[in-house]
Amino acid sequence: MSEKQKKATAYWKENVRYLFILLSIWFAVSFGAGILFKDALNTIKIGGFKLGFWFAQQGSIYVFVVLIFVYVRLMNKLDKKYGYNE
Amino acid sequence: MSVQVWTYLLVGITFALYIGIAIWSRAGSTKEFYVAGGGVSPLANGMATAADWMSAASFISMAGIIAFAGYDGSVYLMGWTGGYVLLALLLAPYLRKFGKFTVPDFIGDRYYSNTARMVAVFCALIVSFTYVAGQMRGVGVVFSRFLQVDINTGVIIGMVIVLFYAVLGGMKGITYTQVAQYCVLIFAFMVPAIFISFQMTGNPIPQLGMGSTLNDGSGTFLMDRLNGLSTELGFAEYTDGSKSVIDVFAITLALMVGTAGLPHVIVRFFTVKRVKDARKSAGLALLLIAILYTTAPAVSVFAKMNLINTVSNKEYSLMPLWFKNWEETGLLGFEDKNKDGIIQYVADKDKNELTVDNDIMVLANPEIADLPAWVIALVAAGGLAAALSTAAGLLLVISSSVSHDLIKKVFKPNISEKGELWAARGAATVAVIIAGYFGIHPPGFVAAVVALAFGLAAASFFPAIVLGIFYKKMNKEGAIGGMVVGISLMLFYMAKFKLGWLGEIPDKSEWWFGISPEGFGTVAMIINFIVALVINRFTPAPPENVQEIVENIRIPSGAAEAVDH
Repeated sequence: MSEKQKKATAYWKENVRYLFILLSIWFAVSFGAGILFKDALNTIKIGGFKLGFWFAQQGSIYVFVVLIFVYVRLMNKLDKKYGYNE
Repeated sequence: MSVQVWTYLLVGITFALYIGIAIWSRAGSTKEFYVAGGGVSPLANGMATAADWMSAASFISMAGIIAFAGYDGSVYLMGWTGGYVLLALLLAPYLRKFGKFTVPDFIGDRYYSNTARMVAVFCALIVSFTYVAGQMRGVGVVFSRFLQVDINTGVIIGMVIVLFYAVLGGMKGITYTQVAQYCVLIFAFMVPAIFISFQMTGNPIPQLGMGSTLNDGSGTFLMDRLNGLSTELGFAEYTDGSKSVIDVFAITLALMVGTAGLPHVIVRFFTVKRVKDARKSAGLALLLIAILYTTAPAVSVFAKMNLINTVSNKEYSLMPLWFKNWEETGLLGFEDKNKDGIIQYVADKDKNELTVDNDIMVLANPEIADLPAWVIALVAAGGLAAALSTAAGLLLVISSSVSHDLIKKVFKPNISEKGELWAARGAATVAVIIAGYFGIHPPGFVAAVVALAFGLAAASFFPAIVLGIFYKKMNKEGAIGGMVVGISLMLFYMAKFKLGWLGEIPDKSEWWFGISPEGFGTVAMIINFIVALVINRFTPAPPENVQEIVENIRIPSGAAEAVDH
């Protein structure tokens, strides 16, 4: 494998690792907290919100927005590290 | 000034604005027509994507659906936003690096096959047409209620406006009108929500107001009161649903994956300059969408509360003016079953006397809450902006599928740049006329099918694109097989369980795995993946040069501008 290819493979591996972590969080807040564990979380109340309901109609959306911006930051750093930024 | 005058004024100003932008940004080349020249800033693209994405359904119907479905409505909130995470992480950057004009372009080149391209064109056309018909209908409904014109006249006015800026400006015209439309629609959605939140809870931020105590001095939380009222009337608690967990799960996933696979959304990411801009504008798009999507469930809670307080167990003769107005449109109905002159709004179907269309909850909300005339008029302008922006984006996908993917790539490769541009304009015109026809003569199945467009997108595009990027050895046989099986299965399930084209619609208990047609896209998508991977094992690997393309799109640098071959 050439130097260039090695670099590309390493970059891709790190990218996939980020995706795996971020998508696990994506799954946990929506399908986890908002659907599968909703009833358990609903026993906890924050203000007027039952927690499971809050995740389903508010919380998961906030987390989605944060996830994309975290991804943007991570990838911009990664691009710099491997010299792919422009 | 009356509501009527305000409405004419606001709708007139916004329409003049859209037409002005269209003339200023008309397209001179196919590249400007398809991808707005490829130099759109991330923020402008984020705003355009948000307006493109938020349709008449998001603006007019969603809050109402949630108001009546309670927790079950969460599927739309999570489904239609969570898809952007998939889009930003799994699709947008790589498709931008690939740098072509359309989704079938990617499928056709990545799978080195015109058959794959044709299958993708077919899927894109089905998804886009089912979706666009609903938008034109939305335009008609808004016109008929707020401007007292016939629904059909409303549809035609909408057609002329869209025709003007989509045909003249292509993607360039659409992008900049969508930026304006985003501003109009978000302002129109937020102003009444803030007013009502303040009225009911004393907190002007709807997202917080929804979880606050009522303003009536009782100290009760708004949602506790709503839960109490709902159970009193025999409904399920607002914060609990009546759908099964597996169905909620499947619908949410189908909507998320479908969102990520919708061609008119994906194509927006071809218009920015660099790969990092594509990532950033996906984030901005979701942020701008989230403003509406986190406000909508609050609007649902306020509207439901207001509705119950205003009508439940009250005398019909004492109903406010808005009640009579909306009765005339047929969206609100009262039938005095026990002849006591009092409105009974209860879960028991035999005793319930009130029928409410979902759409009223947003359209009539400002009237129910007694807000000023200009706020009511603003909602009309916002609804039109939402419907027109989405319709334009879809029409562009339809026209580019025909002029670029079919005429230029398959039937007449040596067509001139000028000829292709005219073909694109011709295709857009025909598409507007067909969409308008369906808006005026909605076949009974349009409304049912719009929600299923996501299932179709999930069952066809998403697996082919994701495998095309993340699995270098994916070959054309597998991808084509997966798409064909996925979309056929979804169409079959829709025909059988939703449209009743194959005999009587079977009972819910016969749903496969207990999953509704709305959620079946998830199953069809999984089967698409499985079929694709199995066929791939028994057929030859893709050629070297295709594998090199895949390696190349994984690296962000050196993204050329979107080009023709």
